[in-house]
Amino acid sequence: MPGPTLRTLVLVASALVLGMPLSTWVAEPANRIIVLATGHTLRDSGLLDVLIPLFEKKTGYVVRPIAVGTGQALAMGKRGDADVLLTHDPEAEAPLVKEGYLINRRQFMHNDFIIVGPAQDPARIARTKSAATAFRQIAEAKVTFVSRGDDSGTHKREQALWNAAGLSPTRPWYVEAGQGMGATLGIASQKQAYTLTDRATFLNLQKTLALKILLEGDPALLNLYSVMEVNPAKHPKANHAGARAFSDFLISDEARGLIRDYGKDRFGQPLYFLGPVK
Amino acid sequence: MAEALLTLQDILVQYGEVPILEVPSMAVHAGEVLAVIGPNGAGKSTLLRVMGLLEQPIRGRVTFQGQEVTRDNALTLRRRLASVFQEPLLLNASVYENAILGLKLRGLDRETARQRVRPWLERLGIAHLAERSARSLSGGEAQRTSLVRALALNPDLLLLDEPFSALDPPTREGLLLDLETVLRETKITTVFVTHERSEASILGDSVAVLIGGRFRQVGPSVEVFTQPVNEEVAQFVGVETTLSGVVEMATAGLACVRFNGGDALVVGDFRPGERVLLCLRPEDITLSPPGAEALRSSARNRLAGTVVKVTPWGTHFRVVVDCDGSRLVALITRPSFTDLGLAEAQPVVASFKATAVHVIRLR
Amino acid sequence: MELILEGVFTAFRLVFSGDADVWAITRLSLTVSGAATLIALILGIPLGIALAMTRFPGRAIVVALVNTGMGLPPVVVGLFISILLWRSGPLGFLNLIYTPAAMVIAQVVIAFPIVAGLTMAAFQTLNPKLRLQLLGIGASRPQLLWLLCKEAQLPLLAAVMAGFGGVISEVGSVLMVGGNIKGQTRVLTTATVLETSMGNFGIAIALGVILLTLAFGVNFILTRIQQREQIRWPRPS
Repeated sequence: MPGPTLRTLVLVASALVLGMPLSTWVAEPANRIIVLATGHTLRDSGLLDVLIPLFEKKTGYVVRPIAVGTGQALAMGKRGDADVLLTHDPEAEAPLVKEGYLINRRQFMHNDFIIVGPAQDPARIARTKSAATAFRQIAEAKVTFVSRGDDSGTHKREQALWNAAGLSPTRPWYVEAGQGMGATLGIASQKQAYTLTDRATFLNLQKTLALKILLEGDPALLNLYSVMEVNPAKHPKANHAGARAFSDFLISDEARGLIRDYGKDRFGQPLYFLGPVK
Repeated sequence: MAEALLTLQDILVQYGEVPILEVPSMAVHAGEVLAVIGPNGAGKSTLLRVMGLLEQPIRGRVTFQGQEVTRDNALTLRRRLASVFQEPLLLNASVYENAILGLKLRGLDRETARQRVRPWLERLGIAHLAERSARSLSGGEAQRTSLVRALALNPDLLLLDEPFSALDPPTREGLLLDLETVLRETKITTVFVTHERSEASILGDSVAVLIGGRFRQVGPSVEVFTQPVNEEVAQFVGVETTLSGVVEMATAGLACVRFNGGDALVVGDFRPGERVLLCLRPEDITLSPPGAEALRSSARNRLAGTVVKVTPWGTHFRVVVDCDGSRLVALITRPSFTDLGLAEAQPVVASFKATAVHVIRLR
Repeated sequence: MELILEGVFTAFRLVFSGDADVWAITRLSLTVSGAATLIALILGIPLGIALAMTRFPGRAIVVALVNTGMGLPPVVVGLFISILLWRSGPLGFLNLIYTPAAMVIAQVVIAFPIVAGLTMAAFQTLNPKLRLQLLGIGASRPQLLWLLCKEAQLPLLAAVMAGFGGVISEVGSVLMVGGNIKGQTRVLTTATVLETSMGNFGIAIALGVILLTLAFGVNFILTRIQQREQIRWPRPS
């Protein structure tokens, strides 16, 4: 003899679960799924939301884009937990390709990093032309600098720049956020600090930030995006056919058109450029 | 006697290393009301749980209506009996819903259940409470609901575990008398556990005395109360004076027993030199002032002694008398107490009839 | 201030225009957390009852584990479930990582100890002798459990609320095992985090408002049931 309360509850909960299409619960066949590991910046810029639906429609594959940061994305590829990678850290990518974990690396697009900071520019970096000089001035002035601190492509690049400047930044003026680019920019804005960011994310968030572009155009700030496939010889379970299809799709004319025009309508300038170099 | 409805054989219940209940053999007969009495902690409730198929003994066999109880038939057999406990625990619902609960559990439809329960609600005088929340009942009303819940099942065996002991005296008496009527009229086989001798003698056809997890005496109610088999049982059934002595002289049907502090005539066939225990109930001992020859009294036994302690005992007084090292306990009425003007350290004569003495032979 | 107003405005617009994305995200949130709560109830209530009503060797350890589990950090759950479900992990062959099913598994792990612990507490408020009395009038084991659940239904409702409230609002584990994939595993919490990091504060606030409304709605309904029960059965004064 069920109590009305308990019975109602069980019914409501069951309805909730059963009300969802069965496909929610039934996993797609493994060979239809492509796990795409990528850095945060690509997803945050919205480019993937344009590219993936088109790819899925054309091929019938289901893409699972996992935005984890370039370092982690590379680790996933090495472990075989992803099928195809989109990353932007050439120096970290190269050894994995050399060791045979990743194959068919193609630097299919690029944009650039920029150094942003408060409009007053207390370290006076706007006058400099090189990122290394700018970093050195920030360190000398001990103005707060917010680092991603999350092993992402942007973080790796920032570390490379500190190395190039011959410095190892220290607390308290050097702050590690341990978060994505958006959150890091937010912190820099609140603290009126400097940070290194990719252009796309910054343009996206610009109106919510009290930050200005202070340095751009240094060749050292070039941001190269690569697509790589997980080597099926190392990880037989990986969906290599899908990975190859996605990789090929990125250099197709249709995708190139989308990439080239992405952001023009909103920012009056593109967020990404095709190919490895300008 | 009628066939055995429920039997226990070679039962052992123990918690840890401590044996709680040991029953080599026991039978409940159809139609009887068996009262199980014993002090607290004697294992009475455990016995009732074993009989009610609510607890599995670590050893032994239980049969019900000739069938041995097994894991497979336990539920079926359990549904032929009903247990009522000291504390009536009712569900958070109306009195009526609680009353028909057992019938619903057996899958009866509501109409049949209603017809079965109604007469019982009337009979136990709670029909007017049917729609009330069970949480709003007094202790007596709740226990009546719990009895209806059990009786409506028409059980082949009714098990009652101290059903009155949580109630105040007037409520207890009312329910006790109602239940006595019900049991007499329906002849439901009943096992009834209590530590109150009065309840046992009102309801029980037979009485079983359980002390320390073992049955010490089982028999017709009058027999157990008047002829306890040993000192322990004697004390529990209300004998307060026990005198151990030796038979000095014996004739046909009469003997003289010498004990520490005097001698007494008792009824029965004994041999000189036998060691015996004399049992006296306090209401069978009368007290009189020393010197006054109680010619009116037919009491053959008279012992001189001193009052040790006087305690008001409800409508009576309980007086402890020391007769040369033997302690006698007498219960006397208020008027007698006033007449005698008893006080502690005062000399007094205690007398009792030869027929009032129950004699237990000692080995 | 401007930001908050804009957020609230966006929230109203999204909710009342029936925005397909927002609706899908909300529905997935409800479904995943509802399923997780339901499974947690199916597993947790029997365990809670067993812990409250029986004594067995190792019970103290299980109780300690359940109590610890009641405060399990979602990210830790997310981490372990991820490691298990990754393709390179021991359960990788199930192919569940980054699916709603994986999110349900993680949330079950979070909600199950909460439900078990609160069920145990609920049953401990029942008189232990009630069990014997119900068996004594002929209840079978399943009937006994059902009657006891009914009797403890108010505190059990608290277990349901706590379980559901715990998982619908958690972000750490669903983000890790679900991957926050648009249209597949994106739920209210992960979407809020993402929209915040993308600077879409309006949408983020809107999602937050929807989440709050949901949590409030569920609790409101359950509280109403509780209140109704109490009105129907007044306690003796």
